[in-house]
Amino acid sequence: MAAVILEARGLTRHFGGLKAVDRVDFDLAAGEIHALIGPNGAGKTTFVSLLSGRIEAGAGRILFEGRDITRLPAHARVRRGIAYTFQITQIYAALSVYDNVALAAQSHGSHPLKPAAMEALDRVGLTDRAGQIAGTLSYGHQRLLEVAMGLALKPRLLILDEPTQGLSQGEIEVFNGIVQSVVPAATVLLIEHNMDVVMELAQRITVLNFGEVLATGTPAEIRANPAVQAAYLGA
Amino acid sequence: MSLGSIFLLALLEGLVSASVLALTASGLSLVFGIMRVVNVAHGEFFMLGAVIAWFVSHWVGGPPAVAFVLALGVAPLVVGGIAALADTLVLKRLNYEPEATIVATIGLLYILQQGALSLFGPNALPVPAPFDLRLQLIGFGYSGYKLAVIAAAVVILLSLWLILTHTRIGLVMRATQIDRNTARAFGINVDRVYAMVFAMGAGLAAIAAVLIVPIQQAHYLMGADPLLLSFSVVIIGGLGSLRGTVVAALLIGMVDQVIPIFLPVVLPDYGAYFTPTLAKILATLVVALVLVFRPQGLFGKRHA
Amino acid sequence: MRDMKAFFLHLAVLAALLAALPLLSAYHVTNVAKIMVLAVYAMGYNIAFGYTGLLSLGHALFFAAGLYAAGMGISQFGLGSAGALVAGPVAGGLIAAAVGLLALRTAGVAFMIVTLMFAQAGYLTVLYFVRYTRGDEGIVLDRAARMLGGVDLSGDTPRYLLAFALFAVALLVNLALVRSPFGRVMIAMRENEARSRMLGYNPYTVKLTALVVSGVYAGAAGAAYAVLFGYVGASLASVQYSILPLLYVLLGGAGTVLGPLLGALLMFYLIDYASSATSAYQFIVGAVLVVLVLFAPKGILGTLRERGLRWLP
Repeated sequence: MAAVILEARGLTRHFGGLKAVDRVDFDLAAGEIHALIGPNGAGKTTFVSLLSGRIEAGAGRILFEGRDITRLPAHARVRRGIAYTFQITQIYAALSVYDNVALAAQSHGSHPLKPAAMEALDRVGLTDRAGQIAGTLSYGHQRLLEVAMGLALKPRLLILDEPTQGLSQGEIEVFNGIVQSVVPAATVLLIEHNMDVVMELAQRITVLNFGEVLATGTPAEIRANPAVQAAYLGA
Repeated sequence: MSLGSIFLLALLEGLVSASVLALTASGLSLVFGIMRVVNVAHGEFFMLGAVIAWFVSHWVGGPPAVAFVLALGVAPLVVGGIAALADTLVLKRLNYEPEATIVATIGLLYILQQGALSLFGPNALPVPAPFDLRLQLIGFGYSGYKLAVIAAAVVILLSLWLILTHTRIGLVMRATQIDRNTARAFGINVDRVYAMVFAMGAGLAAIAAVLIVPIQQAHYLMGADPLLLSFSVVIIGGLGSLRGTVVAALLIGMVDQVIPIFLPVVLPDYGAYFTPTLAKILATLVVALVLVFRPQGLFGKRHA
Repeated sequence: MRDMKAFFLHLAVLAALLAALPLLSAYHVTNVAKIMVLAVYAMGYNIAFGYTGLLSLGHALFFAAGLYAAGMGISQFGLGSAGALVAGPVAGGLIAAAVGLLALRTAGVAFMIVTLMFAQAGYLTVLYFVRYTRGDEGIVLDRAARMLGGVDLSGDTPRYLLAFALFAVALLVNLALVRSPFGRVMIAMRENEARSRMLGYNPYTVKLTALVVSGVYAGAAGAAYAVLFGYVGASLASVQYSILPLLYVLLGGAGTVLGPLLGALLMFYLIDYASSATSAYQFIVGAVLVVLVLFAPKGILGTLRERGLRWLP
């Protein structure tokens, strides 16, 4: 197995009595595409929010490239190379498409800025919309812009939270191509409901249920796992 | 005068100013608590109450007590009416968006202040007290009217509390506070509730002003101090909490009166430096720091 | 192309202001000089409010910091006009940094009230040290102290030219700032703070930087006011002077480079005209505020930008 880029040990976050994430151990191999699946309310978004720093961990620790980042604020983690794209699209609706990507590229310190930003737009196929106000893009294009912002950060780890939600079949194929082009230079962690996407992209899958890891393995192993089947059928 | 008498005097003066402050601030707190509106024009509603009291006492003949009782009814009604109008015409149309609302109430502040200046002129306007009674306390005589102010404030605050906790209107107001959309779904006319709450908040300030005006005189610029003090009270007491507001008003009202009376006695050497202005500076900074480091107030609980 | 268009528009505005000097009567020369100084103040306010989304109600504190640093520097510490004009922006920036370190722990309504409170404490401090500041009565700087390179700044033309020079520098720096990568980050903070954090920007440091730049502008305007008009008084530190730049910026258009000048110009002459016709000029201020938030929250240039002039910076 390749080197571990990120490891979580005993990661925990409770909201009142709800154990959203409970003592999760998790390893991410460098250069892999790793999918995170589980029924609604399994704690997937909370878990990646802990990794990206949007939510503070109650207990446990997170190592990224060997260094402890558990107490690092979110923006500092982004600077270390962890990019997060939002489940609900969070682009700058009032700014141009170019400015949206440029903000990401300049955060990474890309110089000169313009080619770096345009390259990210090119990868998602939005080059000719660079001058458009982002809020006027179609929903699918906004999702792609969100991904382009993630790419422009040139992350070591790209976390995608339900990126294909609401995309058409054609757009999903474009998206799959983009994700495959990211590895193995970077690593991808993907929360996804669309099982076709998961099975096509993921090299490994982790299943969360009630805030705990139910299983981790290759797509074939996960498909054959009786506990996973029970959880999904039961849900 | 003995030290004990000075202390008693300071205590009474503190209670008078705390009572008026508690009334004024509870109006601000009510509006913030239920509508989430920070009303910068609140001090002007106070000022209008005082000016209207003068107007009534000036134009109604007869014994001062009659005019005063009349003013106590008219001032909150007129001021509440102006407030309800401002809510309907301006704040509602802004959809109570916090920053726009504050800018709008700043505009309202200027309009009301100018209105009072244009109609009533720049002079301080005296209002006679409804009765003239001096009580002989240990070592000094004290105005019976000031004691009546304290009593009136207690009665009004208790009534307010009863209205909020034990009446249908109070229930409707609390439902609106918790979630205005749900309240609307249950058939509550949220627009009317908001206009009423805004009017009540302004009316409380007006009543406070009518009570204080025989002691203080009415003036078109008198709104600034009660506004800043009410802000302080509401911040220290925890935004939107009525109980916290009353406790904080007592604290601030006392400190405001007791320090200037007591300090020259205790620290005669520092009297020249420790002026009321310095006290105000320190108090203002303390309030700002409370808001920075303990936004839930000194008595409130932090919300999740 | 778009960039050049905007650049030339701003140059044209500057040229018009310069060309106006010989055409204006002495009365209007004084007015426009004052307007340019106040517009610098409003530009600073706009950097915080219009571009970064920080609605402060306490900018009078930064303006007063520059005003008193210059005024007291001259009257108490024998500073020359040049030194005073440097001391002002430094003082404005330092005070803004101190306020920002604390106030930026809050946001929204709390930020407005905290800045209001700090400015109120500053105003009261001016009154408290009445022996040095002369409180409401204020310090009047005599002509002899208001010389720069042998030129008497109390004369109409030199005063206008210095105000113009300050305004021109402030305008071009403002333009460059909002076009710079940092300007883009300021706007990003205004538009969506949570998103900006997840792009690796620390909201606290971005906002603090913007507030300090804003304070430097306000301090420079305050110092220029002291040196050019020779009066340094407590009323200039009062809450009215915190509302003034808000009013200018809202009227001209928040988040536009020329908005503060346009707002200051229109508002100044509106009040000037109103106070000659009636004594009720405050009424105008209040009515303009209410009407703007109700019907034109983007101000004049903001509305124009929305209606087609998208290249307007």
